[in-house]
Amino acid sequence: MLRRDPRTTLETVPEDGGEKVSAAAHLTAEQVEALGAELDAIREEVVATRGERDARYIHAVIRAQRGLEFGGRALLLFSKFPPAWIAGTAALSVAKILENMELGHNILHGQWDWMRDPKIHSTTWDWDHVDPAEFWKRSHNYEHHTFTNIRGKDRDLGYTVMRITPEEEWRPKHLLQPFTNIGLSLIFEYGIALYDIETDKIKSGEKPWAEAKPQIAATFRKIGKQAAKDYVLFPLLSGPSALSTLVANLTANTVRNVWSHAVIFCGHFPDGTETFEEERLEGETQGEWYIRQMLGSANLTGSKAMHLMTGNLSHQIEHHLFPDLPSNRYAEIAPRVREICERYGLPYNAGPLPTQYAKVWRKILRLAFPGGHERYGAPKPTPRSRIGKAVRRVAPARLAA
Amino acid sequence: MARRVRAAAGLLITPLVPDDVLGTLNPMWSRSAPRARVVRVVRETPDTTTLVLRPGTPFARHVPGQYLGIGLQVAGVWHWRTYSVTSRPGDRLLSVAVTAVPGGILSGRLAHDTPVGTVVGLGPAAGEFTLPEPTPEKLLFVTAGSGITPVMGMLRSLDPAALSGAVLVHCDRTPDDVVFGPELRALAARTGLRLVERHTAGAGRLTPDTLADAVPDWAVRETWACGPAGLLDTLAEHWERVGDPELLHVERFAPKRVGSATGTGGRITFAASGLVADAESDTPVLLAGEAAGALLPNGCRMGICHTCVGKLQAGAVRDLQSGDLIDAADQPGRPVRTCVSAPTGDITLDL
Repeated sequence: MLRRDPRTTLETVPEDGGEKVSAAAHLTAEQVEALGAELDAIREEVVATRGERDARYIHAVIRAQRGLEFGGRALLLFSKFPPAWIAGTAALSVAKILENMELGHNILHGQWDWMRDPKIHSTTWDWDHVDPAEFWKRSHNYEHHTFTNIRGKDRDLGYTVMRITPEEEWRPKHLLQPFTNIGLSLIFEYGIALYDIETDKIKSGEKPWAEAKPQIAATFRKIGKQAAKDYVLFPLLSGPSALSTLVANLTANTVRNVWSHAVIFCGHFPDGTETFEEERLEGETQGEWYIRQMLGSANLTGSKAMHLMTGNLSHQIEHHLFPDLPSNRYAEIAPRVREICERYGLPYNAGPLPTQYAKVWRKILRLAFPGGHERYGAPKPTPRSRIGKAVRRVAPARLAA
Repeated sequence: MARRVRAAAGLLITPLVPDDVLGTLNPMWSRSAPRARVVRVVRETPDTTTLVLRPGTPFARHVPGQYLGIGLQVAGVWHWRTYSVTSRPGDRLLSVAVTAVPGGILSGRLAHDTPVGTVVGLGPAAGEFTLPEPTPEKLLFVTAGSGITPVMGMLRSLDPAALSGAVLVHCDRTPDDVVFGPELRALAARTGLRLVERHTAGAGRLTPDTLADAVPDWAVRETWACGPAGLLDTLAEHWERVGDPELLHVERFAPKRVGSATGTGGRITFAASGLVADAESDTPVLLAGEAAGALLPNGCRMGICHTCVGKLQAGAVRDLQSGDLIDAADQPGRPVRTCVSAPTGDITLDL
């Protein structure tokens, strides 16, 4: 059992029995700030050395991605021939994954804005995804990256449709969440677009219709364009191969969906990632912010190719510490971040994709049923918090999970 | 029909646009981000180099005397500066003259360290320092140092008849320092252009009196002047006092600043991108925005070309050249030149 330092600044006292103590509870306020200073120094060092090498990297990825995409689509014009179908679908799947993850996600984060290249800039880039970049940037860059793992604030915790923390009150609809998750995985890009429209907030009136309407229209326009490309124009161009090209494009989109869903769910949901109370945000220092990002994120281990295919979200911890540093630098700073974690006695959650993804699935399955507090180390609901939850039901808008 | 085909072709590559594809295949093919390749480098003087460029895509005709933007990626970051065009409109190749400025990020590199084959970014030609149509009969050019470069573009483009009777007074330290010296002397010998070289190392600086000695009829000549701020200020004052200020056209290479004009500094919000930047009291909005990663329109970067103008939606800025305070409270949406304006308190721009 960890002994809590009286000067600690982190984590509130568990409501009952004290099962849950943050992995950072042993740190004093001074230690937290020292850790923050060390991470600041890493950030400054990377910023000071951004240059030619990084620019070459992103240009190379863009060229490779476009080569794969055009090559794959060219092969698929003859998709009636099985070898062309297989090679074309594989190339297009990889191209779409690279486009969304190493390019789209990271460029839209502003990781490459420092180059001042109008073609590779967060304000001008759009991605091969049905969610228009502008809406995704707001929900992701601002809401998720600012309120990471704050229950009730970070809507990415379960994406409003799943119970991913035991603290969230169980409801019968959660019994369906394993199926919801399979479905979401298959159509992930549409799920993200729908999620960004925030139907829950529209229903509750928190998001005015005047704001929602143009967003919905823009999303439908984007869906129309994406669908016209993949499911009408390229099949038509393929002539006798029309149907097999359509199936190939559907396959590539689905492969991209399943893959990005898996990678993204492994970022914050595996066992050991912590979630936090909203009160924590009050007066949170930079050091405490860093710690929340580190404890709330999990890495994937693997080869260089694996890191590239995850858009370096395999370095989720480094990405959450420094969301706007170029993605090619995460692997370089990871050993130093890990060393800092070890030195300060903090966990550095990392594992291979199959292991991490299995843990995510186990959690989704377990939390489909009531309880789960013991396994996931959360305080059991007390009569007091039950009262709180009764209030929650009356005012779902304010506290929408 | 053609439009429909184009629209369908565009959909094939959405969310890219055709220009992205061309630019990926070969940066020289991009029209939205035009590029040029350096095909020849002419060392004019130890400081000044002519870069001869082959534009990748057809380049809009310039007017002699104008400048254009040259962009170069230095350590991964695009930097842009403007340089006078010295080639003639319609020439197959473009020439610009670059003088290395001590401490400059770009000029030194362009002047000394840009091998043939380098690809540079190309901005549109701009500038008001041009000759009117028809060409005035009595012309006077007063230049010093690299100030000759825009005038060189004019001289090369004028036909011999227009040059006949024209006067060029050029100041430089020594005969060897004169950019385009041999060409200017040959041009004077071949046409009726009168070239007055003043070598300041021995003869001292040009003053209104020495100018009047060399060109007695200066007051009736329409005059184009380009050079250091001190010279231009002297000339402007002289024309204001005893000449016709309407007849004097000047081009400044360095922003004219009111010594003490500064803002108080503040936070700049760029409404279009949502980016936020903090600026010191004497930091132009443009520089602060670029440092924060904003993509902002820019051209001369010294208050001349108005490429960088943005509308001030809220707050106030100090014009670093005039010292004027421009306040959105007086007139929302007032255009401000971001390259020569510093925030006075927090501001919002439509850029």
